[in-house]
Amino acid sequence: MAELTYRGAVAYGIAQEMRRDPSLVMLGEDIAGAGGVFKTTVGLLEEFGPDRIRDTPISEQAILGAAMGAAMTGIPVIAEIMFSDFIAVCFDLLANEMAKSRYMTGGQVSVPVVVRTANGGGSRFGAQHSQSVENWVMMIPGLKVVAPSTPLDVVGLMAAAVRDPDPVVFMEHKSLMADKGDVPEGEIVDELGVARVVREGTDCTIAALALMVPRAVEAADRLADQGISAEVIDVRSLVPLDTQTILGSVAKTSRLFTVEENPRLCGWGAEVASIVADEVFWDLDGPVVRITTPHIPLPAAESLEDMAIPSVDRIAETVAKRMG
Amino acid sequence: MKTTEADTGLYDYALREPRLPPPENRDNDELPIALEQRLAMYELQQLLRQFEKRAYDLFMQNLVKGTSHLSLGMEAVATGFGQAMRPDDYTFATYRGHAHTLARGAEPGRVLAELLGRENGILKGKGGSMHLTSVEHGMMGSYAIIGAHLTIANGAAWSAQMRGTDQVAVCFFGDGTTNIGAFHEALNMAAIWDLPVVFVCENNLWMEYTPIDLITAVPNPAADRAPAYGLESIIVDGNDADAVHNVAVGVIERARRGEGPSLVEAQTYREQGHSRADPGKYRPPAEVEAWKQRDPIPMYHERLLRLGVPEADLSAIQQEVARRVDEATEFAKSGGTPGEEHLMTDVWADGGSAWRN
Repeated sequence: MAELTYRGAVAYGIAQEMRRDPSLVMLGEDIAGAGGVFKTTVGLLEEFGPDRIRDTPISEQAILGAAMGAAMTGIPVIAEIMFSDFIAVCFDLLANEMAKSRYMTGGQVSVPVVVRTANGGGSRFGAQHSQSVENWVMMIPGLKVVAPSTPLDVVGLMAAAVRDPDPVVFMEHKSLMADKGDVPEGEIVDELGVARVVREGTDCTIAALALMVPRAVEAADRLADQGISAEVIDVRSLVPLDTQTILGSVAKTSRLFTVEENPRLCGWGAEVASIVADEVFWDLDGPVVRITTPHIPLPAAESLEDMAIPSVDRIAETVAKRMG
Repeated sequence: MKTTEADTGLYDYALREPRLPPPENRDNDELPIALEQRLAMYELQQLLRQFEKRAYDLFMQNLVKGTSHLSLGMEAVATGFGQAMRPDDYTFATYRGHAHTLARGAEPGRVLAELLGRENGILKGKGGSMHLTSVEHGMMGSYAIIGAHLTIANGAAWSAQMRGTDQVAVCFFGDGTTNIGAFHEALNMAAIWDLPVVFVCENNLWMEYTPIDLITAVPNPAADRAPAYGLESIIVDGNDADAVHNVAVGVIERARRGEGPSLVEAQTYREQGHSRADPGKYRPPAEVEAWKQRDPIPMYHERLLRLGVPEADLSAIQQEVARRVDEATEFAKSGGTPGEEHLMTDVWADGGSAWRN
């Protein structure tokens, strides 16, 4: 058992897979010599060499294009897009090329690529380096999307993503980088499309993702002091989406809250709310409530950013109020 | 401010000075290309020509739905390169990719069936004219949003480099593509990594409905950009299959030897409009006429006659190709329309499309 930081777990998970599969390569900006701007790839160049860990120019389209072309001709690739906001400059490759190739070609083409990217706020970087953009990629048929909240999940879901034959967007949360957690010895392989109940409860269900998971857990602890027993689900994987875990929990608690860092419109919780309303409506004792970042670009100032992103206070207060 | 006739006249491109083709170079008769190779190129050009004409006819009969972009007049480029490639090399093309797909050996019947949206189409009817792909023939796809596929071709070349094979990726695109960012990202990355990739710009003078020279900072949209990436400026007569083949052999071998990428500008002309039934009326009539006089296929026919091939041999090739295209048409028309069982398949590697449990 080793204690790893979340950022250390990224390199640990990649190294596990690169040792297993000698054909696996990685490319991105500042990932080799510098070890990544978030220090998530430290030590990989030293272990695997410059042919497998490649620094690139600031050319996000060329990065994802190279990843796709290599993957469709037999070389699995991990590509890093430094900040998830930059997905916008190479969205064609993600949304139109990687995602659609298999379908458009009647199954001729496989694109085993993992696109790693640093997502989310809390770093006071302003509107172009802080967004939670999981909903941008979740809406594209043909892309899988995961967003781990713990070091152990980083390692296990990284392995699952690398071994998956379809393109996977792997969202690493910037504000979780320093978090620590235990990672057992030996090979760790998780599964895409499996949510986890991280705190059991009976009165309401709180579904959360990435940075919102520890905040939801802390809010649930506070709610317990007020006599509200909240069950917290770490959604972990948006595509495939483990709706059974969520629906099962709602059947038990009869209330659902989603905690989303993405701006409100078309956030992942809207899809979850729609499924719950459609399929277990008669199990509900009250409205489904979405707790989200408001529909604004993310501000830079500490005070403003903290107001925008759902906080422990906002989660606990909203749940208490709407349960009251 | 009111728009005047002088303003709108700026956009009546048919009134501009025609941009004329380069003169025929009969010295190319002497290029060191075996007669057998030349006959193969004649046959391939015939196939591309007759296939595209048939696609047009079927479109006019409302059997080809959606859109299609023909390579009529541009067959020599796909032919010269196609015949210089090894079976395990990779091709990447744009939406104007019928010719490049056929040039790698894909079945004309299955390609035509795809245009007709039939179940026996090469993509089972799920991709259509703009996404023709035949991985078994090294045809790695037709990409309908220009630019991205240059970066994807880099990836295939990078993969060949890593796997230690000497495969080469050849990526075709039009003059319009030279003005999109991905073109420049791809060229830079190919150059810094010495990738075995050949970029082939089919400069047909028209970016869709707009003259390329009006919207490009340099006269030769690809060749004049090459030096910015440390590459040689290469311009070739894209209406002469021998000239194209000669250049293709050189740049492909260079890539195979590990000496890095090349960028080739093939000057050509599309005899028809941009897509579908576009009559191309926005072009100066004298320009259209001058390029028709330099149609690659009659010119090549004349060359073969000069080289001593009997007319009867050439007409036998033509007739055999006509028979194949008729057969392909029958095959395509015989296909059923794809049913519901195909709608939800092939999103994921497991064959399905489930996104939740």
